[in-house]
Amino acid sequence: MNVTLVQGVVQPRVPIHSVGAMAAEPILRVRNLEVTYYTDSGRAKALDNVSFTLKAGEKLGMVGESGSGKSTLALAMMRMIKPPGRIEGGQVIVGDTDLMSLDQEGMRKARLSRIAYIPQGAMNSLNPVMKIGAQMMDAVKSHLPDEARPAIEARCKRALQSVDLDASVFKMFAHELSGGMKQRVCIAIGILLDPDVIIADEPTSALDVVTQRQVMETIDNVQKAINAAVILIGHDMGLMAQFVDRVAVMYAGRLVEMSTVREMFTDPKHPYSRALISSLPSLDNKGVFQGIPGLAPSLLRLPSGCAFHPRCASVMPTCSTIRPEAQILPGGRSVTCHLYDGEALHEGRT
Amino acid sequence: MADLLRLENISKVYSRGLINAQSNVALSNFSLTLREDEPTILTVAGESGSGKTTLAMLLLGFTAPTTGQIIYRGRDISTLRGEEKMAYRREVQAVFQDPFAVFNPFYTVDHLLTVPIKRFKLAKSKADARNKMEEALTAVGLRPEDILGRFPHQLSGGQRQRINVARALLLKPKLLIADEPVSMVDASLRATILETLRNLQRDHGVSIIYITHDLTTAYHIAKSIIVLYRGSVMEAGDVDTVIKDPQHPYTQLLVDSIPWPNLDQRWGAQPIKAREAGGGGSGCRFRSRCPKAMDICATEPPLFEINPTHTASCFLHHAQPHVAMERLSQLLPA
Repeated sequence: MNVTLVQGVVQPRVPIHSVGAMAAEPILRVRNLEVTYYTDSGRAKALDNVSFTLKAGEKLGMVGESGSGKSTLALAMMRMIKPPGRIEGGQVIVGDTDLMSLDQEGMRKARLSRIAYIPQGAMNSLNPVMKIGAQMMDAVKSHLPDEARPAIEARCKRALQSVDLDASVFKMFAHELSGGMKQRVCIAIGILLDPDVIIADEPTSALDVVTQRQVMETIDNVQKAINAAVILIGHDMGLMAQFVDRVAVMYAGRLVEMSTVREMFTDPKHPYSRALISSLPSLDNKGVFQGIPGLAPSLLRLPSGCAFHPRCASVMPTCSTIRPEAQILPGGRSVTCHLYDGEALHEGRT
Repeated sequence: MADLLRLENISKVYSRGLINAQSNVALSNFSLTLREDEPTILTVAGESGSGKTTLAMLLLGFTAPTTGQIIYRGRDISTLRGEEKMAYRREVQAVFQDPFAVFNPFYTVDHLLTVPIKRFKLAKSKADARNKMEEALTAVGLRPEDILGRFPHQLSGGQRQRINVARALLLKPKLLIADEPVSMVDASLRATILETLRNLQRDHGVSIIYITHDLTTAYHIAKSIIVLYRGSVMEAGDVDTVIKDPQHPYTQLLVDSIPWPNLDQRWGAQPIKAREAGGGGSGCRFRSRCPKAMDICATEPPLFEINPTHTASCFLHHAQPHVAMERLSQLLPA
């Protein structure tokens, strides 16, 4: 797909030759993020000490079953957790700003301009009685109140162009667009202000394969153009293999493994990642159905020790009593499992 | 000849508007035969708007075809009345896409299972009904004591979808229409549901029409496949040949777009032409997006037989013998 790169919206933030130098410095650092939901039947820890870093231009895949905390992580990074949920601690540092320390107004400004979020089913979030253009201009106006109307309009049209949509979409209503086009409008809104970090929460879960490929290629192109870091949330490992650089696996609110995409697919370390990988369909193993036995645990009643131990194929006696901590393996991968207690370089996080 | 179900030149046209009436052909001139003695799993694949859900609605009798007939065990389903209609309703069952929407949140999940038992008078007593429910739940790999008496929100999507399969099984159907049964379920649970469906076909002799846009799951569960695009058959045949060696440019695009979980098998480089709105035009429906479109494509391509279990509706294969639409089913291995 050809993306027309026009000066402005999709102009690279950093000159291409300096990308290598930039790459060393992470653009996003999430440290010890904790979220708890206070429900009538008890406290549910939806995010437990989640830490990771992301470089500019890097694509991270966040996988896990429903209820593993993927979407909570996205909402927590945007500071959009609603009661009864509460962010209990941790930092989300974009560039050199800790989003958690901003006031309400500062955070409102940071959303979309520093960190953009494309929610699940984003295409159903467009206002049916407002033209696409008006919705896009609203978003820009609230961040750049002094910018003149023609300039804002031009910026919106460039964003539409960069996701391969015709400028005529600007004057259309949501119902005139197909699902894939609506999803691309949402991506265009997400990149209006050249954010440093884009979080896409299952952007293609309701789309068919061809449209899915089109949408993912669009994200890929705009991401390259503005050199943003992307977090792709989903449970489709196939999509991850095609799109991301690194994969993080979540289970019951914790990051259990974080590896490069090649390491994840060729040599997964955590037994849960292994089960995930082997449950994947491929052309070679026709008719073999290998699900993961058992059910995801309820966050209200987590098993003792490692939360995965009742379903784990390599369970050991320690697993039911001692909770494993994240450890760094040689090569820089991080895994939270007792199987690697002897091999770790040191305990801690990337 | 024991035909379970025969679709004869079915078309479904949706039209709207009194003045300037616009019509949209959802399914055009489709024929299919399922045999009673050879339960099979047939995939109907295609993207949104290809007519696959229209086909499900027609098969379930929720909507009537504009032209053509649906013959179930020798009787046109539009003429079925009374007991015959009830028998049809019982023997053709459905599993729908959304495992969250089919449950009434105010009732325990038992409700979903007891209603059909009462409606079709399947049980003589309460104990008998309970036994039947437990049997069906066990058959889909659920523990009845974990399920019965619970409310839908207490169960996972995978469990709920399997209860739907159990409900269908309870009625001892001949044909199960599964419309995207796994697309809203976690990837890790998909395998279990697909396995349940396959066992249903193998152990209980139920034919399954598996409707999906996901060719990976289709490949794993089905024996044969029909690829639809805007209401027309593009390609059909044995699932292995069609997916490993697609002949129609549309199927090639679909297969090319599957995100295989394999780092060395990348997404194709073939650019995707955006789909045009509207349903008009004659000739090959895929023409406007086809990278290999020719002048002749302005006329409607017939089905060409590529080999005895593979057919494609594309002029690229014009040298091959024609296949009449009515013969389509003979090319599908059971």
